[in-house]
Amino acid sequence: MTTEGPKILLIEDEQEIRRFLRVSLNGHGYRLLESANGRDGVMQAASQQPDLIILDLGLPDIDGMEVISQVREWSKIPIIILSARGQEHQKVDALDAGADDYLTKPFSIGELVARIRVALRHVVQNAGTSEGAVFSVGDLRVDMARRQVFLSENEIHLTPIEYRLLTTMIKYAGKVITHKQLLKEVWGPDSVYENHYLRVYMAQLRSKIESDTARPKFLLTEPGVGYRLATQ
Amino acid sequence: MPSQRPDPDALLAQVQAEEVKQARGKLKIFFGAAPGVGKTYAMLEAARKVGKEGADVVIGYVEPHCRPDTQALVLGLDVLPRLEIDYRGTKLYEFNLDAALALHPQILIVDELAHSNAQGVTHTKRWQDVMQLLEAGIDVYTTLNVQHLESLNDIIAQITGVVVRETVPDSVFESADEVELVDLPPDNLIERLREGKVYIPREAERAIANFFTKGNLIALRELALRRMAERVGEQMDVYRDKHAVHGTWPARDRLLVCIGPSPFAERLVRATRRMAASLKAPWIAVHIEGPNDANLSESSREQLTQTLRLVEQLGGETVTLSGQNIADELIQYARSRNVTKIVVGKPRQPLWKELFRGSLVYGLTRKCGDIDVYVISGDLPPTTTPLRPPRIIPGSRLNYLWATGVVLICTGISAILSRQLAPTNLAMIYLLGVVAVALWLGRGPSIFTAIISVAVFDFCFVPPRWTFAVGDTQYVFTFLVMLITGLIISTLTGRVQFQAESARRRERRTAALYAIGRELTATQSREQIAKIAVQHVMAAVDVQATVLLPDKDQKLVAFGQNLNDTSLNIHSEAVAKWAFDHGQTAGRGTATLPGSQGLYLPLQTSRKSVGVLGVIPLSSKSVDFDQIHLLEAFAGLIALALERAELEAEADQVRLDIETERMRSSLLSTVSHDLRTPLSIIIGAGSTLLEGEQTLEPKLRRELITSIIDESERLNRLVANLLDMTRLQAGALEVRKQWQPVEEVVGATLARLSRQLADHPVTTNIAADLPFVPLDDLLIQQVLINLLENAVRHTPAGTPVEISARRETDSIVIEVADRGPGLPQGELNRLFEKFYQPATSKNRIGAGLGLAICRGIVQLHGGKIEAANHPGGGAIFRFFLPLDGTPPPLPDKDLLPTIPDDDGKGTAT
Repeated sequence: MTTEGPKILLIEDEQEIRRFLRVSLNGHGYRLLESANGRDGVMQAASQQPDLIILDLGLPDIDGMEVISQVREWSKIPIIILSARGQEHQKVDALDAGADDYLTKPFSIGELVARIRVALRHVVQNAGTSEGAVFSVGDLRVDMARRQVFLSENEIHLTPIEYRLLTTMIKYAGKVITHKQLLKEVWGPDSVYENHYLRVYMAQLRSKIESDTARPKFLLTEPGVGYRLATQ
Repeated sequence: MPSQRPDPDALLAQVQAEEVKQARGKLKIFFGAAPGVGKTYAMLEAARKVGKEGADVVIGYVEPHCRPDTQALVLGLDVLPRLEIDYRGTKLYEFNLDAALALHPQILIVDELAHSNAQGVTHTKRWQDVMQLLEAGIDVYTTLNVQHLESLNDIIAQITGVVVRETVPDSVFESADEVELVDLPPDNLIERLREGKVYIPREAERAIANFFTKGNLIALRELALRRMAERVGEQMDVYRDKHAVHGTWPARDRLLVCIGPSPFAERLVRATRRMAASLKAPWIAVHIEGPNDANLSESSREQLTQTLRLVEQLGGETVTLSGQNIADELIQYARSRNVTKIVVGKPRQPLWKELFRGSLVYGLTRKCGDIDVYVISGDLPPTTTPLRPPRIIPGSRLNYLWATGVVLICTGISAILSRQLAPTNLAMIYLLGVVAVALWLGRGPSIFTAIISVAVFDFCFVPPRWTFAVGDTQYVFTFLVMLITGLIISTLTGRVQFQAESARRRERRTAALYAIGRELTATQSREQIAKIAVQHVMAAVDVQATVLLPDKDQKLVAFGQNLNDTSLNIHSEAVAKWAFDHGQTAGRGTATLPGSQGLYLPLQTSRKSVGVLGVIPLSSKSVDFDQIHLLEAFAGLIALALERAELEAEADQVRLDIETERMRSSLLSTVSHDLRTPLSIIIGAGSTLLEGEQTLEPKLRRELITSIIDESERLNRLVANLLDMTRLQAGALEVRKQWQPVEEVVGATLARLSRQLADHPVTTNIAADLPFVPLDDLLIQQVLINLLENAVRHTPAGTPVEISARRETDSIVIEVADRGPGLPQGELNRLFEKFYQPATSKNRIGAGLGLAICRGIVQLHGGKIEAANHPGGGAIFRFFLPLDGTPPPLPDKDLLPTIPDDDGKGTAT
């Protein structure tokens, strides 16, 4: 068992899944703390100070939502939730309540590790602010200091809302962001707009920066949840 | 030689009757000739005796006459609390039926079977309470005096001069399991009365003077003993039947009594019933509607309805015929029903009328052939029987005026023609007038016209003119012929009109029944049936109607009711419920809860009551017998339709059950096959890897690992499909529609399936101007995934797949087309069925659920899905999503995000 590397707390009641994740994540250089129920998980999160929490939504004792809200009372530790099919709407609620990302069971270890990396990177980024930096993925380059957007060196003109939408997506690049969160971030906390409103701007933004809007390369759709900005 | 063994059918009927009796409570009647003979005493003594033997005896009601020795017997027995009723300020005590039913003792003591209940109690009569107790399986002990028997009612009145109002149908008496006669010689009874053992002394004196005369008491005692003997005789017959003791049996008789709208008719009915009972013969009461029936007064009509009801109460059959000649109609009907005896009343019309019109008795006796005719005398004062009270139909005064007008017109025409025509021919013009009046204005005015015409004709045209004097005696003959002809014409026309009218009425009735029958056959749902029923009933009878149907908890719910109608108050609900539970008509004009506003007819089928038809007369008139018959016919049709609807629903349920069963068995075979195959591959590959950890070549290891992952995914897909199907079928799949662009869903799906689609070039062709569509993106993504996976599975690697979307009037069409082998023709419709596997496919690839799920999801969106073959080869699956409603308003051009605008509030859901 490695002693260095990020500490991950796994809250999951299925022993077999815990065993499989322990083997796999240790192999990727993470240290794993395990908890079989929600109450113990919250306690460990407080006492062990993990760098990231992987939380199963279907726990035997308390609701996964309850765990998220308790942890969020005092900590911004990234939380990745594991949900089963048929829990789509709970998943969105969990994300809105403060979880950072999600995976639907069954998932591959590759997907999980990618999500963990993105989540941990955001913690680092938030520590040393990326304000004013240049973001680029593929042909897309956004110069946030100059408020300029380039696609293969051609400048793209964006309206203020489109630009704000794009920079918000960049802020959470690689992470899923729910409709509600996006509306809040772009239109302010008192936003009364509906998802439909967001979709209109997303379609506009896509038509400006995507070559094929039916197969977007940057602004990916997470059906029923929200959007995700690709990082590669 | 006829066998001496009992007739098996008769025995079976008897066994069945006994079975019904066993389920029912037993009725024991303590029967006496007069009050005070000691019935109650005997009853209580018997109750104490069985109580001592361990039976659960409760006193339901004993008249509190305060006879000390009787009171003493009550002590020590359980007594049911009495029902207290506040009747116009005074407190009345009644037997508490509901409490008795709730307590449900083994034996209940209820005194005075003939008692009439106070207003506000469920039944009007106590014997109805007792019937309900018996139905509930409670044994009842009760008392009854002979003067209360319905069929003896008129005889008692003849003997004692007192008309007894409280009567009990003979059928109740006959259905009693045991009747114990309590007898006391008249002298002893009078002595008891004098001693004040029956009534308090002062009342007793009056009673002895009026009712309890020795003569009366002897007659009553004789009646009681005779009735008792009759009962014993019947029992003997039953015994003989049971034990095959055959003697001589008289041929089966059938009696027919002819009744009219007079109070005397009730006497006829009772007499017939007594005859029928002694002959053990069925009997029919016939009322013949004549041309004059239309002019009957309201009270006569009421009387007729009451008589017909009495017939039904006494167990007779009622029939209403219409015709001119009563004797002919009666004989004809009697022959058609094999009637052996006809009972009619003694004619009470004046002799001249009889001579003029012919007498019914005479007509009957002449034509009856081998049918016996009995003539019963009526001794009621004729003044109380206004058979046809003189009554002027509204508007008839006007009719006479019109008739006068016609005579004037005839006179005018005659005046013009008087120079050309002889006076005798002018008479023809007047005859024409008489015919016209008879046709349009009826019989009275036409007779009036005939007489006036003769007078006017004489006055104006017969010389010497302008006098009533007649110059030539020939004209007297003309007058006579003219008058007779006029009268005959008016009678004939009246008759024809009556026949036409009654034919029309019958026709209307038949048409009403036919119309409702036809419309009900085409109706499926109970609500629809109720609605149609109410419409038709209200159209045919002048009433407000409702149909009440039981819901799941057997609570009656009104259907097809007029919205503004407040008829169904709690009271009516109770009446309806009673009618429903007991399968008998209740409410206004019946014996049960007659105080209620409406009449409630149960909708009965062969199996049970399926509902109640409630009617409330619109006018103050109560529903007459004729209308009740029509309503009963309606009720029968409605009940049939409801039963059919119920049976259909049951059949549907059975079909569904069979389908579910079929699905369950195919599910089992699917599970066993489709789950086991990937599992065995996974286990096999995994164990190979474990065993050959050291020896396996890296390339082989990789292959095994890949197949483990592939099979796991296949398993995952199958489980997901099974779960989706289950959720779809359980109705647990919630559709959360939001207005969104199709390309978003397509894009997400393509991204998710990028690995599976690696070998198939996918082109998308989504119209640029496509509007947003209301859809649940997760579910529609599932549809696209299933369609694309199908395409990948069934087409060779390298063949292209195309996704396209376009608008078609009010829906969006999304197509997934491949260039594979295409679909088997003729099975295109079956593709979307659960567990469908194309006959041509050699190996099963999936469980056959994917397309069924697609169809389920699309249907949840209100759309449809279809499959076709591409003209250029390959399969096309396309589904339509309706563009329901309007999308929420689009935001104003690029509002500044920092200033959220209230106008931007969308209405998307």
